Amino acid sequence: MRKTEVTIAGVTFKNPIMEGSGTFGSGMEYSEFVDLNRLGAVVTKGVANVPWPGNPTPRVCEVYGGMLNAIGLQNPGIEVFCERDLPFLKKYDTKVIVNVCGKSVSDYVEVVERLSDEKRVDMLEINVSCPNVKEGAIAFGTDKGALENITKEIKAHTKKPVIMKLTPNVTDIAEMARVAESAGADALSLINTITGMKIDIERRKFALANKTGGMSGPAIKPIAVRMVYQASHAVKIPVIGMGGVATGEDAIEFMMAGASAVAVGMMNFVNPYATTECIEGIERYMENHKIEDINEIIGCV
Amino acid sequence: MKSKTLGKVISQKQLAPGIFDLVIETEIAAEAGAGQFVGVYTKDASALLPRPISICGVSDDKKCIRLVYRVTGKGTADFSGLKENDDVMLLGVLGNGYDIEELKKCSEAGGKGVLLLGGGIGVPPMLELAKELKAAGVKVTSVMGYRDDKTFLLDEFEKHSDTYVASEDGSVGTKGNVLDAVRENGIEFDAVCSCGPLPMLRAIKEFAGDKPAYISLEERMACGVGACLGCVVKTKEVDHHSHVNNARICTDGPVFAASEVEI
Repeated sequence: MRKTEVTIAGVTFKNPIMEGSGTFGSGMEYSEFVDLNRLGAVVTKGVANVPWPGNPTPRVCEVYGGMLNAIGLQNPGIEVFCERDLPFLKKYDTKVIVNVCGKSVSDYVEVVERLSDEKRVDMLEINVSCPNVKEGAIAFGTDKGALENITKEIKAHTKKPVIMKLTPNVTDIAEMARVAESAGADALSLINTITGMKIDIERRKFALANKTGGMSGPAIKPIAVRMVYQASHAVKIPVIGMGGVATGEDAIEFMMAGASAVAVGMMNFVNPYATTECIEGIERYMENHKIEDINEIIGCV
Repeated sequence: MKSKTLGKVISQKQLAPGIFDLVIETEIAAEAGAGQFVGVYTKDASALLPRPISICGVSDDKKCIRLVYRVTGKGTADFSGLKENDDVMLLGVLGNGYDIEELKKCSEAGGKGVLLLGGGIGVPPMLELAKELKAAGVKVTSVMGYRDDKTFLLDEFEKHSDTYVASEDGSVGTKGNVLDAVRENGIEFDAVCSCGPLPMLRAIKEFAGDKPAYISLEERMACGVGACLGCVVKTKEVDHHSHVNNARICTDGPVFAASEVEI
């Protein structure tokens, strides 16, 4: 039996495949297509201390080889999440990573504290990188001082391992990775979406009501691989890689760049079976290349 | 059970300029009904997302679905080139359709029947609804609106319903919109179902007054299954799933009671 287990900040995942926050709800919608038990982890949609209504529509549009979204972190708030989504996830043998968003440091801390005693939550992923909200999120992820401060604050309020989710919309991703690490982050995940824009030339209007949106999909994969490489080589803590992952081969590429685990994002929308097909693709690759332990390839290039 | 599955093209023909009639053999047909939709994939790897297209018909043996769509962009232009025996990837069946039992109850209580209003590319989904309502023994009146005399599907509406027409330029039926035709012909009804452009749906919501009105909405969507939260519509009350005043068109709709949504 080839070993596909990976360990991040003391949490062991049965395989390195999870999905990107916001592309999978809390797993309910896609449980009709894939057996959630097969996933390394379920990463939930960002949850805030109170319900957020999100942005006006249109919130999504297609672009060449990908899409733009400006959902604006619509979410039902932490109480509904704990009462409805967590009990649903209790039925499955997979790790649970809860993505946390907020407008202010105290918003984040409130959610983090609420989740600290929830046994079903294995890790927290802190969204300091959503480009589609006016307050919070990316504002914390593009400023070194703000990133350091929020990372420290969150670490001071929870014993759960903390993943800081970084934005690609910065000049030096290695520097941001080092800042998060030195402030106490247990792991990093990247990349969140890249800020983009599309104009409908027939209507002379922005394709998205928010004007700008976050780009995701296979078209951004080379940027993501580069940033995962740079970040993972700048820090000692593990990195979860994502950005346009569609196949097992893509996941292998991210792992070779330095990722300890890999998330499938937009491609869930295109292929609801993408996560399990990635797992099968990794197993096939290991078989073909006689790899006994997937950890052998992490950062091997 | 939703699935992504390969279908086979049985036939495709053009009904009017830019309007195509595509019949696909697919397992999705088994559970498909009026008001629901499917995601149709292009063969172009740069255009990744499934295109939501409403179901115009389900064959009696529940083996085929019929999609009548307008070519509006790269994806639909790609679909218009599909030929008999071609493969086509589908996601479905998606969305909540019309509640035939509820409509039947309305109709039995009032005795006037159900009015179907379709505008432009909102006409096709009304056809399956007319068929299912008639099969349930409901009296159906259809009023379909077009831009000009390039109409489509009217002969088929006539098989299932009393059918009236409106055209913007007056070249067929009532000059004006579907509500002009309803007024001109003094059509009475117990409930109204509609699909068409947003200004038309807004007018119908107001026109219906206290009578039950169901409308089919569309919006740019990505996943089609309720996960991405791309295709929301504002709701009057806090939505049961989102806990904010937003419902997902792809899964909570696309058919909504007009009174429940803020359009």
